[in-house]
Amino acid sequence: MTTLADVQLDADGFLANADDWTPEIAEAFAKEAEIQLTDRHWEVINFCRKDFAEKGTAPTVRRITKVAGVPTKEMYQLFPGGPGILASRISGLPKPKGCI
Amino acid sequence: MSTVLEQAPAGASEAPQEEKTNRKIAIICSKGSLDMAYPGLILANAARMMGIDAVLFFTFWGMDVINKKKADKLHAGMLGNPSSPMPHALMGLPGMEGFATKMMKKKMDEMDIPPVSEMLEILDDAGAELYACQMAMEMFDLDQEDLVPQVHEVITAMDFYDKSDGAQIIFI
Repeated sequence: MTTLADVQLDADGFLANADDWTPEIAEAFAKEAEIQLTDRHWEVINFCRKDFAEKGTAPTVRRITKVAGVPTKEMYQLFPGGPGILASRISGLPKPKGCI
Repeated sequence: MSTVLEQAPAGASEAPQEEKTNRKIAIICSKGSLDMAYPGLILANAARMMGIDAVLFFTFWGMDVINKKKADKLHAGMLGNPSSPMPHALMGLPGMEGFATKMMKKKMDEMDIPPVSEMLEILDDAGAELYACQMAMEMFDLDQEDLVPQVHEVITAMDFYDKSDGAQIIFI
């Protein structure tokens, strides 16, 4: 079982190496943000990881809403502390580069 | 305050529990040109994406941004702008402003930046609070039904200070 203490984080508190990610890491990041992960969260996480693997950059909130089809409102319900940061962090990706 | 600090266990590794007050920003949008509308909208959206509370107060020419009929028809303001890529002598000619606006919109579309009306929807869905200035409403003879539905309320300058209590204020 990997915990946040076993992995390296970057200056923004994101996973330094996306390959270190495990579902337990996702749970640990979520707990830190006081989020209980549901199936819908996992849909977002799986999309983010898949998109990162294909594109090489963490998807922005706009991309998640448009491509994964999760409405903006729901993104804020799933990640109340800020979907722009949390979706990526929980998915083990770096901070998204886009502004939208 | 010092008493509280002394009572903290010596050598405690955890930081003292901070009271959870969210960071907050309030943006005053006073301009109605395309290039001056987006900075406020983008900054407010970025704040929400980071979990920062966001209040937007539209006043004077900024009313055009939340005007149903005008929101998606804002023009790029090139005249009087020293950064304009075109010489000012040409910018004054008929059709040039429309051309500059078209070019800017095309570029924004390529970058997948949503039109103003959609940005306002996104902000509302993201939980940002949008307010219109009462005095500007009267000045420009506007009614609430002239505004996009995302505007929560028409408020006075004094109300704005209540709504923006504790916020960092940005004037655009």
